[in-house]
Amino acid sequence: MTTFGEIPKRVEDVLSRRSLLKSAGLLVVSFSPSAFGQTPADPYPDVDYRQVDSWIVIHEDGSATFYVGKTDCGQGTGTSFRQIMSDELDVAYDKTACIMGSTDVTVDQGGSGGSTAMERDSWPMRRVAAEARRVLLKMGSERLGVPVDRLAVSEGVITVTGDSSRNVTYGQLIGGKRFNIALTGDNINATTGAAKVKPVQGLKNVGLSPQRYDIPPKVDGSLKWAVDVKLPGMVHARNVKPPVAGAKLVSIDESSVRGLPGFVKVVSKGNYVAVVCEREEQAIRAASSLKVKWEKPATAPFPSSENLFNYMREVKPTSSSKAIMVGDPEAAFAGAAKVIEADYDIPFQGHTAISPAHALADPSNGQMTIYSNDMKSYGMRRGVAEFLGIPREKVRVVWMEGPQGFGRTAADDAGCEAAYLAREIGRPVRVQWMRSEETAWDTKAPAFAVKMKGALDAAGNLVALDYNARAADYNHVGYNEADTVLIAQLMGIRRARPAEGSAAVPSEMYAVPHRRITTHVVSLPLVWETPLRTGNLRDPNGPQSTFASESFVDELAAAAKADPKEFRMKLLTSATADDSGFRRARSIACLKAAADAYGWDHRPSPKPRGTGEILTGRGMAYSFRGQTIAAEIAEVEVNVRTGHVWVKRLVCAHDCGLVINPESLRRTVECAMLHSLSRAIHEEVQFDNEKVTSTDWSSHPTLTHSDVPEKIDVILVNGDPNPNRPDLPPYGGGEAACKPMLAAVANAIYDATGVRLRRVPFRAPRVLAALKAAQV
Amino acid sequence: MSLTLIVNGKSHTLDVDPSTPLLYVLRNDLGLQGPRFGCGLGQCGACTVIVNGVATRSCIVPVSRVKSGITTLEGLAKDGKLHPLQQAWIDEQVPQCGFCQNGQIMAAKALLDKNPHPTDAEIREGMNNTLCRCMTYYRVQAAIKRAVKAVTA
Repeated sequence: MTTFGEIPKRVEDVLSRRSLLKSAGLLVVSFSPSAFGQTPADPYPDVDYRQVDSWIVIHEDGSATFYVGKTDCGQGTGTSFRQIMSDELDVAYDKTACIMGSTDVTVDQGGSGGSTAMERDSWPMRRVAAEARRVLLKMGSERLGVPVDRLAVSEGVITVTGDSSRNVTYGQLIGGKRFNIALTGDNINATTGAAKVKPVQGLKNVGLSPQRYDIPPKVDGSLKWAVDVKLPGMVHARNVKPPVAGAKLVSIDESSVRGLPGFVKVVSKGNYVAVVCEREEQAIRAASSLKVKWEKPATAPFPSSENLFNYMREVKPTSSSKAIMVGDPEAAFAGAAKVIEADYDIPFQGHTAISPAHALADPSNGQMTIYSNDMKSYGMRRGVAEFLGIPREKVRVVWMEGPQGFGRTAADDAGCEAAYLAREIGRPVRVQWMRSEETAWDTKAPAFAVKMKGALDAAGNLVALDYNARAADYNHVGYNEADTVLIAQLMGIRRARPAEGSAAVPSEMYAVPHRRITTHVVSLPLVWETPLRTGNLRDPNGPQSTFASESFVDELAAAAKADPKEFRMKLLTSATADDSGFRRARSIACLKAAADAYGWDHRPSPKPRGTGEILTGRGMAYSFRGQTIAAEIAEVEVNVRTGHVWVKRLVCAHDCGLVINPESLRRTVECAMLHSLSRAIHEEVQFDNEKVTSTDWSSHPTLTHSDVPEKIDVILVNGDPNPNRPDLPPYGGGEAACKPMLAAVANAIYDATGVRLRRVPFRAPRVLAALKAAQV
Repeated sequence: MSLTLIVNGKSHTLDVDPSTPLLYVLRNDLGLQGPRFGCGLGQCGACTVIVNGVATRSCIVPVSRVKSGITTLEGLAKDGKLHPLQQAWIDEQVPQCGFCQNGQIMAAKALLDKNPHPTDAEIREGMNNTLCRCMTYYRVQAAIKRAVKAVTA
């Protein structure tokens, strides 16, 4: 049994929650009436978010368990939920536990995504906890015979003010019993009771940094992950993917595997092929031994990665946005003292999770239970139900820990595959992709080709700015949709209208008098069944657009012979109107904080070129995501003989409003910066005319221990004009720091060498070629 | 074929195909959860175990080739006390998702067993082929230094 405060280490602990809670009458599930007005027998109805009991259970010993509809991708959000809910409820943090994201026991908050955990989803949690506190105080008032305003509550003990001998605990009032208190709100995000949440100053655990409860079982090997679940009678499956994108399956020679040990079955429909065996290594062997005849497509599915950007610039877009216009940019360009233009290219970049896609599906009793690390477990439940054509109430997803996928599991493929195979075989099936499949066929961040144009007046002021982006994002994959998951595509399922896709616009608060912002989406020739499927990769499209916009601001600063920080400051301070989230004020605060922490030396870039093999420089970039601001500075060493770039130091000044757990946030920001650093210097999905050729960690390198900066500083800024306001909200912490890094590194390389890199990633051969071309 | 493996000091006799990679035997036959599949190619290190003092990638080693005792993540704690590296990992709050951390901790263990006082450069070099997709490297390196200090103190 799990002790409170610990993560449920075993799947049995998660599963037993349901039966324990149900038998104790503590689990509130809504039953929708059937056609005959009777309660259907379906076993996994939606958890009713309009009941306190669905969110909070108080046990007889006064401890509390919080049930939240979120999943933790590795940023420690569960710990933060415990902090903020224990504060509102007035229970000691140590006496709380948090259960997340299993669709039959937790309310549907959509799982995780978009860094909404604190910004959006902590609010209903806070309000429900506050409501539970209100109800408990009322009960305490009745029990103790004094009005509520004469009661105080601390750590789950209600005391009569001035007479601490008269008290009652939460456990005594409601331990093991139901609240039976209805909540209101049109949707789960609006869920509320009658109670108000506390002012920020009343939150005691918020702002402290309790250690993450999930870390001890992750370092001693005791945590059971989704990959660890074993069920009686389970079998293992591996896929056989088309060797060429868009290939059609002609025939399968099942005799090639029938005699292999442990062989169970070949399952195939359309171009989807899987082999099922008793043991895992047997399935791997059988999948690689299966003889399958494929027919190549008549035309090439895509240009090679070498020709990608030419293709993207020339092809007719599938859609174009209406230009966002400020002032009269054409006139401003015509009358400018100086006009500069530049093109920036960002290739497809992969999610490449450290473990390939995996899921285990159990078809017992006519239901379907999926053990999965899907970050959007509720979406998977809907997707699987729809894919199999069974009622959603027959499907549950038990969320368990897994490899961080940065959005990969929002469009999880393994869940539908495991469920389909389990139904075909009639036994629990565990499916897992191999590394080569995951790296080649996972979802990708779209490639961007961006054209920037800017105009300076005679005094070096930026007077006009034109951003024109093309993103290869047509048929962007959605969230666990039954008609876009890969198995559905391979089976020939097609939605009538592929998702249009999008290209991001720059995220900065610069006041530029004349502007034009235009975005286009382009399509590669192969739209379906392609390994270049685009999906949401951490801070979707942010790093791409910010690489272009913040590199170009640096180019403009250099053209104006201005210090890159002062140039940006001038653009931020030349407007006076404040926006609703004070983004402009907080942008200024972050730029200043980053420059101060780094010890920024005010001068134009590039610096006078050094001599010797190693040139050093510093670069800055800034951006925002939602209401979260990130200003970053990178200091680089560029080896002019080899082209190798080492980012020696990183600074990030980060303002995401109210900080729940500063140490946890610092690590998240560090890792987000390093993730983007990996995208800046290493990551590119490469392909020829037939297939993706990036298939493993050798052909698709990512950041390693050797690349890590000597020093990383994360400065947590509160740049709100009224920093102590009692309603200071938390904003997203997981992604904003991804945005500026590519440009910060490019700007630092320029500062060091005078050479401008406009094509990501800055791998050594590319850097060396650029240095040679510039005769550095 | 029947073979005997000694894992974390315990002897196990198993009947498996001798070509089976050690990883699947550890995970699926012995129920160990520390070593994990990441690539099956020996590139990422998520499957690392220690065999005869050497950090070994269990996804590419046939079980029949393992002649010495095996230590997995589960075998690091002694008498209910975490290994200093594991404690340093908690104190430094290293993991994000944590999936690769088995490899990080086991590679660090093998590194420190050979070289109890590595320089920063030796840590980078020794850990270089152990990948983390959450990019916890900065904290991994800090935790190794913390563990070195804790043991020395």
